[in-house]
Amino acid sequence: MSIVQCDHIYKTYHQGRIEVQALSDVSLAVDKGGFVALSGPSGSGKTTMLNIIGGLDLADSGQVVVDGNSFEQMSQSQLADMRLNKVGFVFQSYNLVPVLSAVENVEFVMLLQGVPADERRARARKILDEVGLEGKYDRRPRELSGGQQQRVAVARAIVADPAIVLADEPTANLDSKTGQGLLEMMRQMNQAKGVTFIFSTHDEMVMDFARRLVVIRDGQVVDDQIKG
Amino acid sequence: MFLSLAWRNIWRNPRRTAVILVAIVIGVWCMVFLGALMRGMMVEMVHNGIATLTGHIQIHHKGYNADPVIENSMRDPEQAFKALEKALPPGSLWTARVRVNAVANNARHNAGVTLVGIDPRTEAKVSFIGKAVSDGEYLKQGDDYGILVGHALMEKFETRLGHKLIMMSQDTGKQIASRAFRIQGVYRAEQRSTEKLYVFVTKPAAQAMLKMGSSLSEISVLLPEGASPAAVAAKLRSLLPKSFEVLTWRQLLPILNGYLEMMDSFVVIWYVVVFVAMGFGIVNTTLMAVFERIREFGLLKSLGLKPGGIIKGVMAESFFLLVIGLALGNALGLISVWALSFHGIDLSALAQGAEYFGMGRVIIPEVHLKDLVTANLVVFVLGLLVSLYPAAKAARFTPVEALGHT
Repeated sequence: MSIVQCDHIYKTYHQGRIEVQALSDVSLAVDKGGFVALSGPSGSGKTTMLNIIGGLDLADSGQVVVDGNSFEQMSQSQLADMRLNKVGFVFQSYNLVPVLSAVENVEFVMLLQGVPADERRARARKILDEVGLEGKYDRRPRELSGGQQQRVAVARAIVADPAIVLADEPTANLDSKTGQGLLEMMRQMNQAKGVTFIFSTHDEMVMDFARRLVVIRDGQVVDDQIKG
Repeated sequence: MFLSLAWRNIWRNPRRTAVILVAIVIGVWCMVFLGALMRGMMVEMVHNGIATLTGHIQIHHKGYNADPVIENSMRDPEQAFKALEKALPPGSLWTARVRVNAVANNARHNAGVTLVGIDPRTEAKVSFIGKAVSDGEYLKQGDDYGILVGHALMEKFETRLGHKLIMMSQDTGKQIASRAFRIQGVYRAEQRSTEKLYVFVTKPAAQAMLKMGSSLSEISVLLPEGASPAAVAAKLRSLLPKSFEVLTWRQLLPILNGYLEMMDSFVVIWYVVVFVAMGFGIVNTTLMAVFERIREFGLLKSLGLKPGGIIKGVMAESFFLLVIGLALGNALGLISVWALSFHGIDLSALAQGAEYFGMGRVIIPEVHLKDLVTANLVVFVLGLLVSLYPAAKAARFTPVEALGHT
């Protein structure tokens, strides 16, 4: 069963007088529990695709359905609610609120969801333990390494049990060893908890980890293979 | 956690926060201190006006205030005395006077003055003259030929204690009345103009000189603290026939009254002007703080925070800045006022100009609760309002625009 269903997506950006066709008739379906990488060179449209799936941006035409919710005709407020309850994000950089500690960063989404304080704190600590950051709950982002910061971002992305986690170049600013550790952790989350991960990447290591590889070039899907 | 987030955000750049706090503190201090100074000046002017014979309320024969001639004297003041007994609240004081325009003469000089015939005992409790005698002695009952003159008048006439002064005026028979008095005491007033204008004799002496019998020019009333002159005057009017007029100090001193009303508006305008200067700083600083964090706002929006949440967050930061600035500014203002409350500010160098406005030489700043509340409300409410602009700007970026911001 598809947890993400995108049909005939078109997206054009206007930069002054120049029009850039970011996506052109892209269709994509991702099953629940998938571990999918969208790959392609810079400017191929993979990040745009990720933004549209996550409700950060709206397609010019086409349909996007995430966990049974169609984005068509959703207001900005409804999209915000979608992101809050159904989507987790991990970005390439600047993932965390600098003035909040690790545990507070993880709690933030649950705070917006209205989860009581005690439960928030308990769940945040547990997930930080699971991503290998036990005892570092009160550290501020500047006191954590790049890899540790990304682990906090992953913890925040999955703590509220989202339908999907979207990771945009999560290993881009990490060395290979740290990046590998991060990917292994995310794969573990995917296998143990069934969390669906969709990556946007041009990192071969990420592509190797993915069980399905969708290649996007010039705004179109040119290849889509499930690895053995 | 939102308040905690806002609190931590304002200290991300301590130097910038300190700069804007200093601006708010100085602005609030200016409002409180200079507002208190203006209020102190107004209180001083009112106090001088009331103490310099006006009192809170005066009773006259109808028409006397417009034309203070001897023909407009109260011929039957007993009616007024009875009304006073019924209408005045406990703690009130009153005194009856003769007051006419006169000419003072000695061998060297003459000048137009106001001859005031007083009951020394009651007058001392109502007006300034009881405590103002600096040389010689105050009048007593039975002093038929003693006169009190102001220090400035004595200098002008080049005379001194014990010397003669001739007073001339028109009596009830429209004849020139004159009498020689001996300078029994010299008084000092807040203003030299007062010292040059008023000369005091006993009431019987004035009535005898002017052939007034028991007629009086005016009754001056001093009310206790908290009593309303307007309310008491209305009650007196209801008890007296139409041949009397009852006027409050605001009606007796219309220029002062108009000035005070103007000053009330001026205080508010002053607050707004100070705030406008401060407000630019608040907007500028908040805008800088917002633009530095556009990517962070993009992150928060991607997590599901709605624009309203971003606006609340930025407004919460402004709230903290305003509260801290107000607390410190008020403290500084109140300490300044307290420090000056002992000796006041000496305006002797500006004495002539100050006298023109009815002000004394020393101004003691005075904080009124109404002014303090107004100043704080102006800063707090307008401060939050101007913060709406940067907050709205922060909320308007889409997540993609904000995340792409460098």
